[in-house]
Amino acid sequence: MVNIGVLGLQGDVAKHLEILSSLSVDVTVVKNKSDLASVSGLIIPGGESTTLSLLLDAQGLFVDLMGLLAGKDFPVFGTCAGMVLLANSLLDAKSGQKTLGAIDIVVRRNAFGAQISSFEEDLMIDAIGADPIHAVFIRAPYVVSVGNKVEVLGSVEQDGVKHPVICREGKIMVTSFHPELVRDSRLHELWLRECVG
Amino acid sequence: MTTLHTENGDSSSRETGTLLVKTGLAEMLKGGVIMDVVNAEQAKIAEDAGAVAVMALERVPADIRRDGGVARMSDPELILKIKEEVTIPVMAKARIGHFAEAQVLQAIEVDYIDESEVLTPADQENHIDKWKFAVPFVCGATNLGEALRRISEGAAMIRSKGEAGTGDVVEAVRHLRSILKDIKMLTAADSAERFTTAKNLQAPIALVEEVARLGKLPVPLFCAGGIATPADASLVMQLGAEAVFVGSGIFKSGDPAKRARAIVEATAHFDDPGLILKVSRALGDPMSGIEAKEASMKLQERGW
Repeated sequence: MVNIGVLGLQGDVAKHLEILSSLSVDVTVVKNKSDLASVSGLIIPGGESTTLSLLLDAQGLFVDLMGLLAGKDFPVFGTCAGMVLLANSLLDAKSGQKTLGAIDIVVRRNAFGAQISSFEEDLMIDAIGADPIHAVFIRAPYVVSVGNKVEVLGSVEQDGVKHPVICREGKIMVTSFHPELVRDSRLHELWLRECVG
Repeated sequence: MTTLHTENGDSSSRETGTLLVKTGLAEMLKGGVIMDVVNAEQAKIAEDAGAVAVMALERVPADIRRDGGVARMSDPELILKIKEEVTIPVMAKARIGHFAEAQVLQAIEVDYIDESEVLTPADQENHIDKWKFAVPFVCGATNLGEALRRISEGAAMIRSKGEAGTGDVVEAVRHLRSILKDIKMLTAADSAERFTTAKNLQAPIALVEEVARLGKLPVPLFCAGGIATPADASLVMQLGAEAVFVGSGIFKSGDPAKRARAIVEATAHFDDPGLILKVSRALGDPMSGIEAKEASMKLQERGW
């Protein structure tokens, strides 16, 4: 049975653990190099991307993850801050903020504005069936542009423009919003089925 | 519950300012450190050190203690400058009961409003009706009853109060332990005892029932007031805090950047004594502080 890691340095780690335990998946909370070496896929939760980046670096995990991701064979699912960390490049980043460059997308941080503009909304995603997912966006990023190998699974409209909020490329899947906050496990299941295998 | 629809009407199902959206941001701050800063330069140091958010204020609690006088909401100009400087969430404080200050803070779009006992209270009986706001609120509490009263008024995050501006963690520990002990007792109480608990706590029965069912508060529980070292952060996290606020403890110390980063790492790895040891070495002088029981002004007694 596969062992899935949830990056446990900061953020809504517990919410992802709840979902994985409801799916009867073996889970390891990843906080250091040996934790990371023991898992066959990783979830990067919501949190502050600048904080996560610093804490990853402090443990030598940033370099290790870059190594794992270079083979294009290590599955990762990132929500919100996870999307930011996995993106190829960022707009409105903190100066010098680096990313893992695992998926060919350009992401705008805090794209919808301050917390007062955070929102929840029903979203149709064909890949998980006809029932909408109740998507919660918290100071969320969205995707500004995607490379030609990236599949866009869902979008939201903002100021009359549709912005991708779920993307997948190979074994990497990212969302702007937080399925873990509403205990909807369908996107986790999709990632486990199609990216982890 | 107050819900506001976006002006541009992007989607008929879109809602802002809901409790889920408000507590959602607190969920994202878990395991992190929220740092008090008094100018843009300090905000930058905090962000570079890995803070998950900053609290913008004119004087840290230690200086409010020293200077005395009336402590009010910060100058909006200062808050705006800090918002421009950093990409992480920016919080700011309003006086207890001062809903007009909170309205101003909402208008400048701070990410969280702290209705705080550190400022001079503006109302001796009433707290702000926080349901009327789309921006989430955090409030301090010294015990479970106080926490539940604040939640009933719409707070989306509770922080144990401690005794701000002292650098003494003893009160933070007392308040955190008190809240968590009363939650534990509630989970074992039968239905008749829960009515009595609600009466004794002066808290709504519905919230008492919810806490009994969940075994925790319905909103995140963070810790504040007197945290000054990496080991302090580890202590309160091990006791059950979900994140920490550090006020005077960082920028009243000898080497704020280094101490800030050490407390960030200690909070993330709170259960790893080897790491706490590593980050605690040669940190420079901590804030000197005052023993909480010697403090002439008890900030924790503000709020009702």
